Amino acid sequence: MCGIVGLFLKDPKLEPQLGAMLTDMLITMTDRGPDSAGIAIYSSAGKGLGKITVQSANPDADFENLDGDLKEAIGAPVAMLVKSTHAVMEVPLGQLEAARSALTHLRPSLKIMSSGENIEIFKEVGLPKDVAARFEVSKMGGTHGIGHTRMATESAVTTMGAHPFSTGSDQCLVHNGSLSNHNGVRRELRRLGMTFETENDTEVGAAFISHKLQTGESLGNALEATLTDLDGFFTFVVGTHNGFGVVRDPIACKPAVMAETDQYVAFGSEYRALVNLPGIEDARVWEPEPATVYFWER
Amino acid sequence: MQTFDLGKEGLRALNSSLHALKGQTNMTAWEVVNPKGAHAIAAGVDADVDITVRGSTGYYCAGMNKLATIRIKGSAGPGVAENMMSGTVIIDGNASQYAGATGRGGLLVVKGNASSRCGVSMKGIDIVVHGSIGHMSAFMAQSGNLVVLGDAGDALGDSLYEARLFVRGSVKSLGADCIEKEMRPEHYAILEDLLKRGEADHLAKPREFKRYGSARKLYNFNIDNASAY
Repeated sequence: MCGIVGLFLKDPKLEPQLGAMLTDMLITMTDRGPDSAGIAIYSSAGKGLGKITVQSANPDADFENLDGDLKEAIGAPVAMLVKSTHAVMEVPLGQLEAARSALTHLRPSLKIMSSGENIEIFKEVGLPKDVAARFEVSKMGGTHGIGHTRMATESAVTTMGAHPFSTGSDQCLVHNGSLSNHNGVRRELRRLGMTFETENDTEVGAAFISHKLQTGESLGNALEATLTDLDGFFTFVVGTHNGFGVVRDPIACKPAVMAETDQYVAFGSEYRALVNLPGIEDARVWEPEPATVYFWER
Repeated sequence: MQTFDLGKEGLRALNSSLHALKGQTNMTAWEVVNPKGAHAIAAGVDADVDITVRGSTGYYCAGMNKLATIRIKGSAGPGVAENMMSGTVIIDGNASQYAGATGRGGLLVVKGNASSRCGVSMKGIDIVVHGSIGHMSAFMAQSGNLVVLGDAGDALGDSLYEARLFVRGSVKSLGADCIEKEMRPEHYAILEDLLKRGEADHLAKPREFKRYGSARKLYNFNIDNASAY
């Protein structure tokens, strides 16, 4: 199974509540997958700033004076916000790549969850309510976000096997389903220079889309290409710096419901995930068609 | 009228109250409020009662229904009226995938659209969809009637047995061994009855439909294919 939720806000008045709304939606989907949970929130760090979310198995040791060490390494101001096993490092946008590379040298055991202008990813093993509480997701504001609760099929239940997967700047992907040709596609993508953290099928889907975007394809074309090159079952929701997209495989047995009002576009694996959204009674509610790409951008 | 607040009293309490109704009962009218997309609402009912669900439902609403009339004043999630035995299920909105799957009897009416795999492996149920249906509908359908006022998606009636499929609009593609067949007087009579009972006789006329059925080449043993078995 697995449960997916997504929320793209059109009404800026709702932005302070993004984390709370997504958390509520994700907790409703808990019984679709209790193994691990994750959430990607998009919010601007401020003009000219970027952010990197890192995860550590030993946060006390790894995060101690990490901001000072990173500041020294890149020669630019650094702000660090530690939340349990994750830390968000804010750096000048121009230093983002340098900071990312410095982090892997400064603390080799750190895992990079995401980097970009807007994205933060928090994910861990456990139930959505516990994961969301651990990272205080409900206090977070933002413009759009994606959440996932996992029932593992293709690889181990670990932090790095949790969704969302981010394989490019400000990009992330969550998946309900299973890919059957992921080993072959991973080999091909490695040959093209993409790197992988896990043996997970979804990470291959994410890297496939990131690679297309790197070669200059639009998000729409990248999502179209999943329909021809990826074999298996999938409902994908992808996030980018300014929007999100949805695509289902041609068989479309993995469920998906969407709702749109003047205030938001929402995605849920089931209608249950959407029932507490404001104005849902009068929303346009529909199921995305199989083999059809949808996306919303601001 | 028995009114049941699903938000307060919970699914198990609802379904055990409904399962307790057997044979003659004077509690014939039920209303379920606050369904909020919950699963298995009014599944397994075996009594001649009238149940109205005020809102949208999740997986398997009205599954295995026997005798009851169940009205959904919203949309229905996957597997609505799955394996229905008898009775009537009427959905005001849309139905998600595999509506009426494996149904053995009764009537399922969808006033909006039904998505993929509508009537998959149906075995005697009648289904009337006022809108359109998705791909792989009536896959391996064995008996009963599927009436669609709108269009049908890809691979309609793939590996079909003896169910009758009536479509008024376009069919994106026919599945293996499914062909268009002539409309004979008995088919007009079936359609007239189903359109009336499916609350669609004001929307369409029997003569506007085409009939699709099995070419009977796939499920009959053919000695020329013996080596393939």
